[in-house]
Formats: sequence, structure tokens, C-alpha cells
Amino acid sequence: MYRSNVLVCGGTGCTSSNSELIIQKLKEEIAAKGLEKEVNVIRTGCFGLCALGPIMIVYPEGSFYSMVKVEDIPEIVEEHLLKGRIVTRLLYQETVEQDTIKSLNHTPFYEKQKRVALRNCGVINPEKIDEYIAMDGYAALGKVLTEMTPQQVIDEIKASGLRGRGGGGFPTGLKWSFAAANEADQKYVGCNADEGDPGAFMDRSVLEGDPHCVLEAMAIAGYAIGASKGYIYVRAEYPIAVNRLRIAIDQAHEYGLLGDNIFGTDFSFDIELRLGAGAFVCGEETALLTSIEGKRGEPRPRPPFPAVKGLYGKPTILNNVETYANICQIILNGAQWFKDMGTEKSAGTKVFALGGKIKHTGLVEVEMGTTLREIVEEIGGGVPGGRKFKAAQTGGPSGGCIPASHLDVPIDYDNLIAIGSMMGSGGLIVMDDTTCMVDIAKFFLEFTVDESCGKCTPCRIGTKRLLEMLDKITKGQGTPEMIDEMEKLCYYIKENSLCGLGQTAPNPVLSTLHFFRDEYMAHVVEKKCPAHVCKKLLQYKIVEDKCRGCTACSRVCPVGAIQGSVKQPHVIDPNKCIKCGACMEKCKFNAIIKE
Amino acid sequence: MKSLAELQAIRDKAKAQLNMRQDNPDAIRVLVGMATCGIAAGARPVLNAFTEEIAKRNLTNVTVTQTGCIGICQFEPVVEIEVPGEDKVTYVKMTPEKVAKVVNDHIVNKNVVTEYTIGANS
Repeated sequence: MYRSNVLVCGGTGCTSSNSELIIQKLKEEIAAKGLEKEVNVIRTGCFGLCALGPIMIVYPEGSFYSMVKVEDIPEIVEEHLLKGRIVTRLLYQETVEQDTIKSLNHTPFYEKQKRVALRNCGVINPEKIDEYIAMDGYAALGKVLTEMTPQQVIDEIKASGLRGRGGGGFPTGLKWSFAAANEADQKYVGCNADEGDPGAFMDRSVLEGDPHCVLEAMAIAGYAIGASKGYIYVRAEYPIAVNRLRIAIDQAHEYGLLGDNIFGTDFSFDIELRLGAGAFVCGEETALLTSIEGKRGEPRPRPPFPAVKGLYGKPTILNNVETYANICQIILNGAQWFKDMGTEKSAGTKVFALGGKIKHTGLVEVEMGTTLREIVEEIGGGVPGGRKFKAAQTGGPSGGCIPASHLDVPIDYDNLIAIGSMMGSGGLIVMDDTTCMVDIAKFFLEFTVDESCGKCTPCRIGTKRLLEMLDKITKGQGTPEMIDEMEKLCYYIKENSLCGLGQTAPNPVLSTLHFFRDEYMAHVVEKKCPAHVCKKLLQYKIVEDKCRGCTACSRVCPVGAIQGSVKQPHVIDPNKCIKCGACMEKCKFNAIIKE
Repeated sequence: MKSLAELQAIRDKAKAQLNMRQDNPDAIRVLVGMATCGIAAGARPVLNAFTEEIAKRNLTNVTVTQTGCIGICQFEPVVEIEVPGEDKVTYVKMTPEKVAKVVNDHIVNKNVVTEYTIGANS
């Protein structure tokens, strides 16, 4: 029995900021002090506050150390672990109050969150099945196999109101019931872990922090629809997640929680991993299944839906990682418990990956119906640097922008669609007033042009033409007519593309056009970029009154575009200027402006 | 895994370590003085004895924490026990041998072990 547990985040974020070295150093120092039998060092999954990584929590005190450096470790071990004196200086400052230290759960970042899918992330060691079992792991599978019929499982999931967390929001129970209704000698359960949206990392964190919850839920799904085989399609760019899944599958086998006759029943279930080779389109369900079969990852028309004819032509269900992460909790706590969270049509919680211009970059899980304002301002800590919130982008390349005027919309599947965006998998990118909306639309279009598989013409050629138009607009070669033409093309691509990738690809353009049309107009009529992002539409100028003639700018200019004599106002030659911004950074008198 | 009972057994065994990682404001707190004076007087074996004893009895509502010096160094090892809603009790000159009795009498049965407290020893 250890008297103290030291939890160090081993998610991708903290690992990239050296949490491995911290764990190593901790172990060394603990051994040097002879504490190795008293203090247990545990590598966990993601805590969510990635902006403050590497993160470390010491229990039983619950002391939350943030941005820990390897050099800090000897002090923490000597003072805290040996002598019991918390090193307040290194704590996350929001937990420190005069005379007392708050629990992490009472900081603004965590207080408003409700952790269901992420409940074990940052709490258990994902590489130890015993710790998962201690948190009621595999109890849901036990309950299902010994007390419930497959139909009862499906009814329970249906009654919970759980909808697909991958973005589409299709009712999970309904999907299962379709596959269950189809007779076949073999059926399959698939897990879509091909998380590809730029800025989204919810599924990665679940797989890294709590891999067993996905395995258990897949087995439950297998029992419900009558499948004995499962596949997890995970992208190869997630090496930590892949490794932990492998360990988890091995451990589950060892305990007989996967394999033949689980819990002594006649139910057998096994799971295999398939690594994606990095194509975004493979996140689309039919393309994903084709790819598992070993063929080129291209989508095919639906119907037939996978529940009828899926993997190897057999009935298949495919759910997203986060969807699975909710299943065991629904079985254990009941459908009503889940339904009581969230809104009427969107039950439960949703995990969002907060990124962009926001103070607390990281992972948050909130009840459906939480407003964007609560997520951005209260949990996320607002926009840093005193800048103004301009818009939030949800749903990645398939989604759209939500402007400041819609900050108070409660977030759920239907509300987001109503305002022209979508839930998507949960990437939430915050943008401030230095972001150009045309440039953002162009960024996402570049992504879809790259990732279009090329099978159908509307997507392959349509998105390319769309990108060309956007490119012209950002270069000042656009016309007002081009905007109308672009809008027409958007609808054409949406209506005629084969799969979800093409059908949603124009969304970033359409939603920015809808909310920020004036910005597009400024680009084509006045040939100006209001956010000063599009370089071709930009001019650097020196304000005569403010310039003291210090010559700092002319010395730093790499192309010699700035002329002027000492103590006389300088001038930038727009024909030579390459708009690198070096002069503006150098000027001490704020005499250089962009317009 | 052939039965639910087997799963339950693994769960119970692993649970004790996990309890420590949950927020529990209603927990009984055992504070062991671990400043230089405490360590020199043998506070670490006392701390470990508390952890072992509490795990052995499967008490989920107790946390064992280290604390600094409270200023009565001649009485170290000092252990304070806080039961929510009650006055703090201070045990002095603790040894690992005394721990089982304190856990049994005070924490489980709510009877303070008066003979080990500072009142009886000063």
C-alpha cells in the first residue's frame, strides 16, 4: 500500500513537453530518498489542461503542479513527498488562495465541467487494467452478459437518447437496432478512431487515458447486435494511443474479458486494431470499412448502409470513440441518468478540444446545452492579450463559424445546425479580431482539397475551383460577382458529392459568407483585408508625426525598402516592401501601421 | 474471467489505491507531522503504519496526509486526527505499534485513545 500517489500526465500534449523525463527523474529522486515503497508514480492520460503541461498531481493532498520542469523535481520530492510541505510556488496558481489550497475541481476550468466520457482520464493508469476495474470497469459488460438480453441493451441505449459523437448525431440505439435486426452468420462492430479534423484531439485523449472503456463498450455492442468480432480503426499518427490500445487488448485477453466465453457465458468477442495510413476520407464510414478490408480507402454510395451491408458485406455498426466512452456509464447508471443531462434532443455531455486564441487550451467536457460563452469565457479563460472574441469554429473542415452574436446559443446538435455550423467531432477553435475569415475559409478548403479522395467530380474539381476563387479574393483579384458564383458552386458541391467529405466541404465558406459577408466584400470592393492578414492587400506605412527618425526600421528591413535620414521621418517604398513586418516589430514608437 | 465474483475481487483489491485520488471533503483526516523533527523522531514508519492499517481494514473514508511541524517538537512523532464536525485530537510520541489501536478505537469506533493524546503526556 502506497501512502502517496503521484500522477503525471502521459497524454500526447504533456509527453511532448517532456513528461517522460519528469517521470524518470521522479523515480530516481524517490529511490534516492528511499521512498519507493511509499510513493507510487503513475503515468495517466490527459487531464485536459494541456496549456499548463506538463501536469502533475500529488494525492492524497490533491496538489496540482503545472508546467513542471525536470529541475523542479528534486525540490518537490524533498519538500512535498519526504517532508510533507507543499511547494506552493510551483502549484497551479488558480488553486492557491490565501492560507488555503483549493481542490482542482473548484477551479474555473473544472468547476463547470461534467466528466462522463473523460471520467477516468487523468485518474487511472491506462496501462493497468486493475485500475480500470477499480473504477467499476467491466462491471457494465458483466451486467449486460448476466442480466440483460440483447434487446434490453438496445432499448436502454435508445432510451438514453445517446447520439453519435463523431459529428453526425445519429441516434446510437437506433443504429444498433438496425444491425441487430439483420440476420447474418457474421456481424461486425467497428470503432472509428480516425480522428482527422484539424484541432480535434478528444478521441485521442480517451484512447490514451482510458482505452479499456472503448473495448468494454465494443463488447457490449457486440452482444447487443450479435457480433463476435470488432475492429478499431485508429490513425497511425497516434502512436501513444495505439500502444495503449495494444496493451489494453492484451490485458483484457489475459483476464478473459475478451476472447471466448466471457464471464462463463456463451458470448465470445474479440477486437483487432487497424491503423489508418493518414487519409482524412477514411474517417467517413464506408471509406473506413473499405480500408479495413485492405482496399483503397474510398467511400461508396449509401444505401446500402453498413448496418445492412458493411464490412466484408456483413451487417456492421460503426461508432465513434467518444460514443463508446458513454456506453458503460449508461448501462451502469441507467438511461434516465444520462437523459437527465443535456438538452431534450441532445442528451448527455460533449467533449470539446479547445484551441486557437484562448487561454486554457485543452480538453473540456460539458453538458449539452452549455453556451459557447460559458465554454470560451468561463472554462476557457477567455481570449488572451486583451483581444476581442470574433468567432469560434466548430466541426473542423465540415463545420462553420459561430460569430460573437451567437455566443449565448446553447450548444447541441440541432442548434448548431440551425446557425449553419455543426457539432462535428468537437474541435472548437477560437478566433480573435486578428483573424481574417476569408483566410480561415481558405485554410479549411486547402485541407479538403488535399484530402478529397478524387472519386467523385463535384468534390474533386468543385473544391479545387472554390479554393482558386478564395485565393483570388485574398490576393485582391476578386469581384463581387465571384462571391455569388462561389456561393452557387458551394450548394452544387453540397448536393452532388458522394460522401460526407464533399457534402460538408463548402460549409466553412458558406458560414463565413453568411456571418461575415462584409469582410468578403471589403476584400473584393475596397481590396482591403479588415483583419490585416491577407498580405497582398496589406500596406505598411510610417506615421509621420510619430516617427523620430531613429533609423531602426531601415536597418532591420531585409530588402532596403525604408528610406530616410537620421532624425527625419522615414518612408516605406510599397514597391520594394515584402510585408514581412520586421520594421513594425522593431519600432519603439508605434509609428509603423498596417492597413 | 469466469464470473462476476472474480471481477469484484480484483475491483476491491485495486480500489484502495484509487480512493486516494478522489476528492472527499467528508473524509476523516489523519495528519502526520513530517518536518525534520518528526522524521528524526520516526514519523515515517508511523505514517506508513497508518496507510497499511487503513488499507487492511478497507476504510474508504479516511485520508492520510503529511503535514509540517506544529511546534511541539519534543512530542514528535505527532499525529492529528480530524473527524469532520469534531474537535481535532492530537496524539503524541506515536509509534507504529500504537497505530492499530488508534485506528480501531478512534477512527472506527469513535473512542479517542486518551492515553496517547497530548493531554495525558504533558
